[in-house]
Amino acid sequence: MRILAALAVAVVARSATAQDTAVRPVTGADSALERRTREVASELRCPVCQGLSIADSPSDLALEMKGLVREQLAAGKSPEEIRAYFIGKYGEWVLLEPKAEGLNLLVYLLPVALVIGGGLFVVRYVRANSAERET
Amino acid sequence: MTTPEVTPAAGMNWRRASMAGVVALPIIALLAFGLTRDPGEIKSPLPGKMAPDFALEVFAPGEPGQERAVGDTIRLSELRGQVVVLNFWASWCLECRREHQALTEVAADYATRGVKFYGVLYNDSPSAGKRWIDEMGGQSYPSVNDARTRTAIDYGLYGAPETFFIAKDGRVAYKHIGAVTDRLLMQKLDSLLAAPAGTP
Repeated sequence: MRILAALAVAVVARSATAQDTAVRPVTGADSALERRTREVASELRCPVCQGLSIADSPSDLALEMKGLVREQLAAGKSPEEIRAYFIGKYGEWVLLEPKAEGLNLLVYLLPVALVIGGGLFVVRYVRANSAERET
Repeated sequence: MTTPEVTPAAGMNWRRASMAGVVALPIIALLAFGLTRDPGEIKSPLPGKMAPDFALEVFAPGEPGQERAVGDTIRLSELRGQVVVLNFWASWCLECRREHQALTEVAADYATRGVKFYGVLYNDSPSAGKRWIDEMGGQSYPSVNDARTRTAIDYGLYGAPETFFIAKDGRVAYKHIGAVTDRLLMQKLDSLLAAPAGTP
């Protein structure tokens, strides 16, 4: 009985796959569109998740936003135009990586400044200590 | 009278302490400022801008005075010249239960003053939405179905409930995240009704 059931599932699955392929074969253009969709979607924050991009989130809203990205790319919009659309709706918050301009520069420059400053402090501290020991 | 001598070691310690202070204080100030901010509160870019247009189908008619036939299409562009309140809600949303009574009562009160209230069903099925309305004892204003969530995305929605107040000139005057109260609704509506068109 189990074997029969498994066979039936396999036949149904196979015919469904054949039907899908017959309806709309996957083309190179499709996979290029998917790749570009994923690239743009991976830069956009999912509004209902914690720190996930819409490319990675399984939420309904993220899936719909990803569909919108796909549609806009297929309609000939550039990634920059699509990002601008989402920024217009959600603000710059929607970008997972903030633009390196204005106050945002602090996010990029402060860690570098802290590492350099910390390094210099350690070097000076070690030198001063070794000089003290020598005297 | 003699002044106490400052040894080189003591001078060095003071210098170190003040240097540490110079480095640490701005970081502490930045963290303290961060504590005063709510990370869940993200400023919407929409207020002041034209409200995105939509054409959505009515699935819950509302009550006499505000009623629209099920299946009618509501277009925001056709409501220009009127104050419009859009409330995004869902049957799975707990906060929506909390604000329901205030919305339905204030909508009924302000209907005679030309204010249009519409519920926008977000990420939910109309059948579940209808059941919820029945369970809550009715909704005085009509609700439309945002089947593909595209209107929600157009309005930069983070979740439900969210309420948008649209001025007579079609601009978003105010966006409220979370449950609204009757006091807040009346305060916003009174100021929008008092303002001449063009001043959201």
